[in-house]
Amino acid sequence: MTQYAFHFSGSRCTGCKTCELACKDYHDLGTDVAYRHVYEYETAGDWKADEAGCWSVDGTSYYVSVACNHCDDPACTKVCPTGAMHKDEQTGIVSVDTDRCIGCGYCHMACPYNAPKVDRTKGHSVKCDGCAERVAAGKKPICVEACPLRALEFAPKEDVERNNKDSEVADIAPLPSKGYTHPNLYIVKPAGAEKADEATGKVVNTLEVK
Amino acid sequence: MVDAKLSRRTFVKASGALGALAVAGGSAAAGNLFGPAVPKAHAEEADDVIWTHCHVNCGGACVLQCHVKDGEIAYVESDNTGDSSFGGEGFQARACLRGRSIRRWINSPDRLNYPMKRVEGTKRGEGKYEQISWDEALDTIASEFKRVKDTYGNEAVFIQECSGVEQNFMMNNPFFRLFNLVGGEVTRYGNYSNGALNFGAKPYTYGDSWGARSFRTLAPGELVVLFGNSPSETRMSGDGLGYDLAVAMEKKGVRVICIDPRRNDLATNHEVEWIPIFPGTDAALVAGLAHEMIKENLVDRDFLHKYCVGFDEATLPEGAPANSSYEAYILGTGYDKVEKTPAWAAAITKIPEARIKKLAHEIAEAKPCFIAQGWGAQRHTNGDYAARAVMLLPQLVGQVGLPSTNSGMREGNSSMDIPTLPTGDNPIKEKFPNFMWPEAIEWGEKMTATNAGIQKGDKLKQPIKFLVNYGNNMMSNQNGDINTTTDILRDESKCEFILQYDVVWSDSCNWADIVLPDLTPQETWSLSASGENCDHKGVWVGRPTSEPKFERREVYEVCAELAKRLGVEKEYTEGKTREAWMHELYDEFREDNPEAPTWDEMLTRGIWKKDSEPDNEVDPYIVDPEANPLETETGKIQIYSPELAKMAKEWELPEGDEIYPIPVYVPGHDGPGSETEEYPLHLCGYHTKAHTHSSYANNQIIQDAHRHNVLINPKDADERGIKNNDKVRVASKQGEVEIEARVTKRVMPGVVMIPEGAWHDADMQGDKVDKGGCLNTLTTRHPNPISKQTGQHNALVQVKKA
Repeated sequence: MTQYAFHFSGSRCTGCKTCELACKDYHDLGTDVAYRHVYEYETAGDWKADEAGCWSVDGTSYYVSVACNHCDDPACTKVCPTGAMHKDEQTGIVSVDTDRCIGCGYCHMACPYNAPKVDRTKGHSVKCDGCAERVAAGKKPICVEACPLRALEFAPKEDVERNNKDSEVADIAPLPSKGYTHPNLYIVKPAGAEKADEATGKVVNTLEVK
Repeated sequence: MVDAKLSRRTFVKASGALGALAVAGGSAAAGNLFGPAVPKAHAEEADDVIWTHCHVNCGGACVLQCHVKDGEIAYVESDNTGDSSFGGEGFQARACLRGRSIRRWINSPDRLNYPMKRVEGTKRGEGKYEQISWDEALDTIASEFKRVKDTYGNEAVFIQECSGVEQNFMMNNPFFRLFNLVGGEVTRYGNYSNGALNFGAKPYTYGDSWGARSFRTLAPGELVVLFGNSPSETRMSGDGLGYDLAVAMEKKGVRVICIDPRRNDLATNHEVEWIPIFPGTDAALVAGLAHEMIKENLVDRDFLHKYCVGFDEATLPEGAPANSSYEAYILGTGYDKVEKTPAWAAAITKIPEARIKKLAHEIAEAKPCFIAQGWGAQRHTNGDYAARAVMLLPQLVGQVGLPSTNSGMREGNSSMDIPTLPTGDNPIKEKFPNFMWPEAIEWGEKMTATNAGIQKGDKLKQPIKFLVNYGNNMMSNQNGDINTTTDILRDESKCEFILQYDVVWSDSCNWADIVLPDLTPQETWSLSASGENCDHKGVWVGRPTSEPKFERREVYEVCAELAKRLGVEKEYTEGKTREAWMHELYDEFREDNPEAPTWDEMLTRGIWKKDSEPDNEVDPYIVDPEANPLETETGKIQIYSPELAKMAKEWELPEGDEIYPIPVYVPGHDGPGSETEEYPLHLCGYHTKAHTHSSYANNQIIQDAHRHNVLINPKDADERGIKNNDKVRVASKQGEVEIEARVTKRVMPGVVMIPEGAWHDADMQGDKVDKGGCLNTLTTRHPNPISKQTGQHNALVQVKKA
């Protein structure tokens, strides 16, 4: 098996969401479903005034772009009552067999990355499949090819590891600790990123990450 | 980075027999890997891949490869040609989220499909329109033009800017070409983007665009200091300024300091230091820095004496009074007699005194040092001075005109020179400041060189009576103080005829007499240069992605119809179609660029890129200032401007406005210190990623990803019982909006920020409360004293839970 993985250069990302919108264009998604989304996270910290009324602030803000991480130990497949949500034995891609999916939404609730969604008009789960047809045709997933900052990559896991030696498996806030599902998402940390299990802050763009 | 070829091979290998099928059978077979029922995004190949590009006024002109199926764009790819690596040799004009969402905009329910006229008996602003034939529309426009011309003369005719179709060989040139054949029209100077910088600061400091360099010239480890500048948001394309600065940070270890009231998107994710500054106080910060530099002997007096006038008393130009130098201002011996210590600056800017002192040392010790301002600082009513002050900073430390330095203006950019549709000669020379077009309607005949900055003449001869809006949303959205502006437009005795010609029914259409439906630039022939970027040169040719639908018609052909009605069709067309002009202009371009592909080749390949290196030589003025003088009155860099000293005596200024020959700090109208109990907060605009000005602001899929909201600090929100995502009302003396609140530490206390460009949506016969949250419902109509340009992105407001 060749497990595929995403790579996210958090130190390049500007939070523009071109990845998310290119995905929506290619996969023809509406306003209510996104396969990739971008968290805007603010760490703890406060504005403090000195004696002269001048301001300083601690803490920071950063963006994290995330889709399905095609995890080694996916939460979504475990809870699927029909086996529709499955991990491909050849590529490690997690996808949904729409004929078997009953649209119960357990996968959506179980996934700590908010990756699978239930499309109520289609009546089944939908999610990122790594743009399988593009990759098979020698192209990159649409989000990867779209990023103006070249902050995304998608390739076999060993290639991602070899080409990004300083990168780590994603273990930063606001994502869950990597131990939950062992995601195939490698990252260069954004400046000021907090460890997942030491998160002090919160996602502020809650209405933008559906 | 990952090797694309390797990825593909491994993917196919891993997939075994099914993988081979995938390659042979294309995308349909690839789905077999993941089960037969997995929906395929694009199971069938497109009929055609049509190259075109984005045309709005973001400074970019990003490449779009439209995959067309059955006459509709199925999806878009962007520039995937050449080197795709981060910081590699080539460049890719990758579109941002806006270009990527172009098909939803092209198919927007807001599209204009037929010519419309305002229903007789209704007022402008009521929004009641009925469909008419093209003949009736064109006949009406032509007869109204003739009537206005005969009654008032061509001086009463005005063509507004065309921000929506900016990056293009055609723009609104057809209207200029047409009207110039029948007597001309009054014109404008300046713009909404950088009017104060380019017309209130630059002419009096450097004379011309001088000393600006691109981010590609940055030296390893160099210090970059940016004022109100976020290229990550304002130049988002894959070949844009934001990209090249990100490359310099990662590959060259460039250190960046952002001075901004908001933690902008350059100061997130990247190792960038953010220094929050109270809006409109940039000139005070520079004064405080100058004080520290003078006291600590950090200023480069040799540079200032050799290249500049007016830093100290020794270099004041002839006729300048004693104690009128910048140093006298700083040390408290001239002007207001107040010493501009870092503590003085701290109290105004809200930046701690110690940080100001440290910044002075950091800037003085960095060699080279790159100082640039975006267009935020100058978009306040004291913007002329803010812009000049930031320009002064690199002069103080001798960091201008040398390699890897900048002028203190916007970082440099350049693109390819593409000829545009010739417009002919306009016999009417007078120009008024762009921002003041509503005033040119209301009291144009009283506007003079000294009370309204009229150029190329002493005064305007006529108020505007016939107004053409092509590809803009200026009537009620993109100009300061919508409620005042629309009161002027509502009165039909003032501007007697208004044409709106656009692709979508923007709110501006509600103020027009006739509305015409345009094709989008992607639905017609287009020719553009690559966008504003760090010397990445390219030329793009666009073919129509579909046949015209409904009764939409493009501007060149429509003006030819008007030319027929005005008796100048032959002179206007010279027998050429839009496509023929484009072919001719491309061939003209090729004369200077013989290595460029032929026209026929360009029709299929769509784009051509040319290698180019940015200029990073020592400037001739620095090499020999006597032999290569600048285009200022003294020929030198002017810290003290004799032109401004003269204008200070001669110009008639509104109460509260003053002109100074040096870049002093003045709070400006509704500036710092003018807060009231009723309006205690300072509102400041910024540029969002969700739309380019108001272009694409109706494309819901983008607005849903970047929601429109007012940024408010948790301290100010808590005081008002406002929680994140609450609906709030923001009110100024000018108007009131309803908008969502984003409670965030990214904006400093006492300041709220709203991105410009959201579509105005108010009952203009009723309460006028703007449910669209348009910034300009709240902003003012007060121009800058020198440039008379856009100073409107500040206002005093109150915020309340809705």
